[in-house]
Amino acid sequence: MTTVPPPVEDPSFSLAGTREPPRRVLMKGNEAIAEAAIQAGCDAYFGYPITPQAELLEWMAKRMPEEGRAFVQAESELGAINMALGAGAAGARVLVSSSGPGVSLMAEAMSYMAGSEVPMVLINVMRGGPGLGSIGPSQSDYFQAVKGHGHGDYRVPVLAPSSLGEAMEMVATAFELAEHYRTPVIILADGIMGQAMEPVEQHYRTPPRQTASWALTGADGREPRVVRSLHLAPEELEEHNAHLQEKFRAIAEHEVRWAGERLDDADLVIVAYGTAARVARTAIARARAAGLRVGLFRPISLWPFPSAELAGVADRTRGLLVVELSAGQMVEDVRLAVAGKVPVAFEGRTGGMVPSPDEVVEALRELDATGSSRRARRVRRRPPIPVSGADHMHPHEPMAEPETGHDALSIFGDDAWMPHWYTVPVPTHPTRNGRGRGHGRNGSAERRRGDEGGTR
Amino acid sequence: MERSIVFAGFGGQGILFAGHVLAEAAMNAGAEVIWIPSYGPEMRGGTASCTVIVGDEPIGSPIVDHPDVAVVFNPPSLAKFGPMVAPGGVLIVNDSLVEAPSGRDDLDEIRVRCTPLAREAGDDRLINVVALGALVARTGIVPPDRIREALHAIVGKKRPEALVVDLRAFDLGMAAVASGTGQLTDRPAVEESATPV
Repeated sequence: MTTVPPPVEDPSFSLAGTREPPRRVLMKGNEAIAEAAIQAGCDAYFGYPITPQAELLEWMAKRMPEEGRAFVQAESELGAINMALGAGAAGARVLVSSSGPGVSLMAEAMSYMAGSEVPMVLINVMRGGPGLGSIGPSQSDYFQAVKGHGHGDYRVPVLAPSSLGEAMEMVATAFELAEHYRTPVIILADGIMGQAMEPVEQHYRTPPRQTASWALTGADGREPRVVRSLHLAPEELEEHNAHLQEKFRAIAEHEVRWAGERLDDADLVIVAYGTAARVARTAIARARAAGLRVGLFRPISLWPFPSAELAGVADRTRGLLVVELSAGQMVEDVRLAVAGKVPVAFEGRTGGMVPSPDEVVEALRELDATGSSRRARRVRRRPPIPVSGADHMHPHEPMAEPETGHDALSIFGDDAWMPHWYTVPVPTHPTRNGRGRGHGRNGSAERRRGDEGGTR
Repeated sequence: MERSIVFAGFGGQGILFAGHVLAEAAMNAGAEVIWIPSYGPEMRGGTASCTVIVGDEPIGSPIVDHPDVAVVFNPPSLAKFGPMVAPGGVLIVNDSLVEAPSGRDDLDEIRVRCTPLAREAGDDRLINVVALGALVARTGIVPPDRIREALHAIVGKKRPEALVVDLRAFDLGMAAVASGTGQLTDRPAVEESATPV
């Protein structure tokens, strides 16, 4: 497809007389991302339908055969991701997309790909969780993408676009990162980004192909190559891990991406990514109109997280407000980054709900007034996460002796093995009052025991 | 400056289409725009809605707490979005299906007999395009020609015969507001409650 020049900005709405052809095209996020992947040279796509990313798969189903490339709707997400592992091992430029529940199924193969260093780009159009949750927009897969998915010591780069234009460019960047570092790369979008239509300039980029010196292309006339994550000898696996860690350090050093807006004079700074950053942008405009000097720090790479950069910004502010479409996930990385130097408040909605700009402005006011963030509404009405044993860690206080009367072999007491709900009352579900306990009939043996023991 | 418009009604009333046409027109008028549908099971018979935000700078929040304009096609949509419209905003009501007034006295409330006008245009399903005409005539948010171009682009290529009817429905919606025949200003306002049932 040809590249067109950027449009001439004209804020006037009164262009009824002009008849120049439109330079921008209205595209749905899922479709724009899919087309960007095709233009970036994606050789093979594997997927399984799930809302809110279904149009991405649909677009690939239509377009990939047109381009003479591979499209497979697998029998499940497990099938899709393992096909991606195979195609990636053969040196193909591979894209997979899904939403939270499907990405959870892909966890095992993500670990295998990280371990065997197979490049691949995975797009997660996040929806509300946990479980099947809802199909509404969400950012509750931050932990999954940044800290989790599969087992083992590994990380993968995670990129978070905040507009469709950025998402399209990011697809090409993700392929570059994946192939340069031989690693899976995740793009974290959300339901709004997948479903919304925005005008996009059809700027596409095709990263140059790098010679895949390791790809399994047939050993005719050369030494066989091996792509695997299995290293049974501990020494060998440790050496492999050391190599991986060195690679992760290089990524952490070179691939940090973030954007700042109106930070020059900001007293308070909102930290948000993706759709939450767009809500924040509107909130910042309103807050500034009301006299608060607020800026935006927008992480674009969620791993590596722009910790040092955020700490530098935090030094010049009185407080940070983290806004997420979650119960609070990235906020942990923000707190790690600023290490208590400034208060870090949190504003978030879950389940497919999106914080409104006014809610964010209200949170900014509270942060401005109190300088601290123990906000308390909705999901915010919860105690701060306790630091386990913090009292005993005080250097001037001797560690408390275990209370007498407990098993001498356990400093925790003899009921420490019990699940917490054995002794702690379980909050009843607001919309399912009275039904929760009834499930004990079909529950596990432990659960039944817990019900009976609840009176003790 | 940003202006937000919510279209809401039953799935099948062409809610998403009306928003799509407006978004395409706004884009071609040089504006920034975002179109967000309600997506999922509610589109199969339940309430569907979409939000279009038009602005002269890149659009910030895709979620609108107080839309400037709401175009409502059925009673549940009036109940949901009527109270949310920003004070001083515009409320366009499909008078063919919604009997109750919004009960708000701080809005420019326009009631349009969508179904008779759509039928007059040649297809009584086109209540969405009639309402779009009323919206453009009342707010001037995009030049009418941009809407006609958008209809050409979205409908015309695939179904040229439908385009003629669409354009007629759009013009009838515009004319209804311009001439005042689309308005029923003599409806008594509900005094008891600001929230319609």
